[in-house]
Amino acid sequence: MKVAVAVFPGTNCEMDTKYAFEKLGQEAVLVFHKEEKLPQGTDLVVLPGGFSYGDYLRSAAIAKFSPIMKAVIEFANNGGYVLGICNGFQMLLEAHLLPGAMKRNQNVHFVSKYQHLKVIDNNNQFLRKLSNNDIINIPIAHGEGNYFIDKNGLKELYINNQVLLKYCDENGNTDNPNGSIDEIACICNKNKNVFGLMPHPERAMETLLGSEDGVKMLQGFIK
Amino acid sequence: MKVIVNIQLKNGVLDPQGKAVHHALSSLHFNEVSDVRIGKQIILEINENDKTKAQQRVQVMCEELLANTVIETYSIEFPA
Repeated sequence: MKVAVAVFPGTNCEMDTKYAFEKLGQEAVLVFHKEEKLPQGTDLVVLPGGFSYGDYLRSAAIAKFSPIMKAVIEFANNGGYVLGICNGFQMLLEAHLLPGAMKRNQNVHFVSKYQHLKVIDNNNQFLRKLSNNDIINIPIAHGEGNYFIDKNGLKELYINNQVLLKYCDENGNTDNPNGSIDEIACICNKNKNVFGLMPHPERAMETLLGSEDGVKMLQGFIK
Repeated sequence: MKVIVNIQLKNGVLDPQGKAVHHALSSLHFNEVSDVRIGKQIILEINENDKTKAQQRVQVMCEELLANTVIETYSIEFPA
């Protein structure tokens, strides 16, 4: 499988993301934001975490106009798999590939810690290696991860099984680190080929470094 | 021509920054404050003499980039 990892000015998780897929035996290439095309034979595009364009104006507001994003949007609209992690999730929202928007964390602080997550729906490429109600432990690190969507939009998400992960504590009880509506941590689009989440699976690839719960997530994309 | 764009979170969308500032004001005993909403102001200098045209262009700028209309509203002003 060939994974294209997009790099914007201010992106800082591209090497971790590349490492994560290489550890799983896949080919991962970095693609600069000024490129107008994705590499030939790309199977998955990852928009990694960081602070693209300094997060000026709003997180990811400017990144969506990068040349590479046109190619990513076209790739997604043709059914290609796209995964947005943290700042990448914010890009997918700003580019309207996913519904809703991000606000400042409810407590107005940058949150950086391990966070438990509950699998809500595994009937998709991303979480198919996990089971519903599984509890995993993955790092989060963001200041604007307070997911918001209006009432009708939220209803639609549930009807179409687009809510994939929710924040919780180690026992699966409600624990909301950023004020996200319904503790939502990960969603996908209706077609289930575009995924966005605030937690960082690529930072949970080694037990020695705290968790390898990210392995099962990223493995889902591998055919 | 100078154009001022004011951007605010929509009514009903909780404003975490506003809440934090409200809390800080309360702890400073400014008890008369009942609510705080924080927005941003963008001041544009535009090479256009026609106000109607400028208004239309800035509106497109707001829709495409300056505001996220999922959670924000904007207003366009022409200062005297």
